[in-house]
Parts: sequence; C-alpha cells; structure tokens
Amino acid sequence: MNDILKYLPYKSSFLFVDNITSLNDEGVSGDFTLKGDAFFYEDHFPGNPVTPGVIITEIMAQIGLVVLGIHLMISGTRQEGVVMDEGSFPLLTSTNVEFFKMVLPGEKVIVTSKKQYFRFGKLKCLVEMQNADGELVAKGIFSGIIKNAVKQMLSINNG
Amino acid sequence: MDRKEILIELKKVLAPYTESKEMLEGINEQTDLIKDLKINSANLVDIIIDAEAQYNIEIDFDAAEKMYNVGNCIDVIADKINKTA
Repeated sequence: MNDILKYLPYKSSFLFVDNITSLNDEGVSGDFTLKGDAFFYEDHFPGNPVTPGVIITEIMAQIGLVVLGIHLMISGTRQEGVVMDEGSFPLLTSTNVEFFKMVLPGEKVIVTSKKQYFRFGKLKCLVEMQNADGELVAKGIFSGIIKNAVKQMLSINNG
Repeated sequence: MDRKEILIELKKVLAPYTESKEMLEGINEQTDLIKDLKINSANLVDIIIDAEAQYNIEIDFDAAEKMYNVGNCIDVIADKINKTA
C-alpha cells in the first residue's frame, strides 16, 4: 500500500507521510512520526518544542487529501476527465481545523480521512488525527485540487 | 422555470460563497463568478453540487466547464431542467 508514496511530490523536510495502512476510493488511513530534529522545533518554541498547527494541518492534508487524491486520479476514475502528469501538483484550497491536543517531538500520529466528494478534480474530505493513545488530536474539513492536471481525451473519434 | 426564476434561485445557491453581498443583489447575466463576485475558483465545484440539488439536475464535466458567469450558469441549468422535464 506504500507504493502510492512514490507519487507524492514532497521531499525530505516537507514529506509528512510514513505509512499508508488503508486506502480505497472512499478513504485513507496512514501515519507519521514527528522527528525530534525536524527544522521547526528549534524555533517553535526555543527550549519548548511543540509541533506547529500548520505542520499538523500539513500532515492531515498530505495523508488525508493528497494520498487519496492521487489514488483516485491514478486508479481509473476516468469519468472525472482529468489525469496527472509531471507538471501536476496538489494545492490545498480550504481547511477548517480544530486542534484538541499538542503533539510533541517523536510522537506518532495517525490520520484517517473519509471522502465527502471527488468531482471536477476537487476532493473534499473529513480528516481526523489521533495520537498513539487513540486520543483525538485534530479534526477538520479539507479540500484540494490538482493544479495543471491534464484534460483527458475522452473520445478518440475526433481524428 | 424561466431564466428569471432560475436567476432568483441561483442567487440563493451563490450566497454562501461570496462576500460581495451588494454585488450579488445586483447580478445580471454578464456577472462573472470569479471576477465580479470574488468567488474562490475551487468553490465553483461546490456551487455546481449545490445547484444540482437545488434544481434536481445532474451537471457533467463539459457543462461544468462553461459555468463561469451567471448567463452561462442559467444556460446550463435551463438545458438540464428541460432534459429531465
């Protein structure tokens, strides 16, 4: 199931997915462990490292939206009429997240996402994050699109 | 349902997605959803989904691509309503 990770366009310090544990057309689950030496802990906050809300949001978006979105694009939901190529990349178009608990360096978080819809190239999901103890860390509605997705030729009869 | 009636319903569909409430009150067939009503382009998808529920129609990919101003939206909606009627 981790095969899908090779399609993710992120590198090193901004890749926030370790494992995908479940993936189908309706949703996805995956996890990520925050590295103690991640670039943001030194300054957020000095002597008091806490995972920034934007990073929590990014982890939820990468697992909950981007992994599922790429799956839907490559698994043959062809009626959508769009496909990805080398110039395509995901863009977040809206989030509405509530944060319930802090996440500290070294913690593992588990993200679960349920599709609300995928239409006209836009994916909207309800995404939840839990910590290793199963406690709710954050929850929200996420939407995104694939920028520069290519319109697929739906018919070959034109030539 | 004639074009005027469709327009009145369309105002309700658009309302949650624009902050330009005055502009929304005065829309006409030339009003551009993104340029005039300052709607987030990604939310055009939500508007289409809401319009499907409002008018009890189905809007496909090709029709959706045309819906960038109020007149185009009414064209598509009128066309689909006639097909289901």
